[in-house]
Amino acid sequence: MLADPVRRDLYEYVADAGHEVGRAEAADAVGVARTLAAFHLDKLVDAGLLDVAHRRLTGRSGPGAGRPAKVYRVAAREHLASVPPRDYRGLAMLLAEAVEAAGAEEALKAAARRLPADPREPVVVLAERGYRPYRDGGVIRCRNCPFHALSAQFPVLVCAMNYELIEALLGGDARARVRLDPLPGECCVVVEVSKN
Amino acid sequence: MHLAQLNVARPRASMDDPQMANFKAALDPVNLLADAAPGFVWRLRDGFGGDATTIRLAGGEIMVNLSVWDSRDALWNFAYRSPHMEYLRRRREWFHQLVEPYQVMWWVPVGHRPTVAEAEDRLKTVRSEGPGPAAFTFRNFYPMEILTT
Repeated sequence: MLADPVRRDLYEYVADAGHEVGRAEAADAVGVARTLAAFHLDKLVDAGLLDVAHRRLTGRSGPGAGRPAKVYRVAAREHLASVPPRDYRGLAMLLAEAVEAAGAEEALKAAARRLPADPREPVVVLAERGYRPYRDGGVIRCRNCPFHALSAQFPVLVCAMNYELIEALLGGDARARVRLDPLPGECCVVVEVSKN
Repeated sequence: MHLAQLNVARPRASMDDPQMANFKAALDPVNLLADAAPGFVWRLRDGFGGDATTIRLAGGEIMVNLSVWDSRDALWNFAYRSPHMEYLRRRREWFHQLVEPYQVMWWVPVGHRPTVAEAEDRLKTVRSEGPGPAAFTFRNFYPMEILTT
């Protein structure tokens, strides 16, 4: 579904936009004609990767306001593709339950802390791991929690682990300071990057 | 209906011990955050200050946190999707890990202020019988509709 480069660009653009995206905006962003963008956006909706809604983009209403336009955002549903079938999510749920039952929270955090640091820019490191980072004033926030299904069941365990994991990954960057400041619907971690 | 929640914790030291200093310093800001959170209804206070740290169970070992919210999401967003999370992440600095369930939720009529005894009963229920409509957890949540239909 995402093998087509235009389609993938459109998906990435909508996923990173942080707001509902209209056809014209998406077409301009990836540099294709509107009809082509519309075709691919609707394919992504059919595949369940994007959700669609109808909105009046102009802010006008009533007669003469025109037809509501289609707007797109990333689907809330998750898609895992694995051939042959594997159930790592089911396994992760059981392991998380075992970690809690055994009181091994600190052992999980320690394991995350042992990950080797990645020396590249924090935004690059986070983007490569699927966090969908964006800059918000002096900090980096992330639109996506790569562990979402698990953190919805084990929020403290998973966010505490995620904190250690990101701190370990960015450990090589002395200017990056990691802290937890979760917003509804976003990743729990915020990275403060100092200028010097 | 509103959602009542109790959670309990066993501190590693007494409140005036230096080990608890960071927890103590966080009490006022975090309680203010809760009071201002969307959907916050009420929380237990002990009458000595803005918090409930002098109210203890099990012969003084166990601290309690008892509050009422207007929905599951309101409590969830405060507990896990706000600056409160940073303190949850660090909870082992101040509190032992309990092997038994340490939190419980139940639905209460609007305006009801649960007592500590009532809350303790709900915790006993979830500990002895597991989660059910009368006493449940986030992971095994019972929506209000189940009770009213």
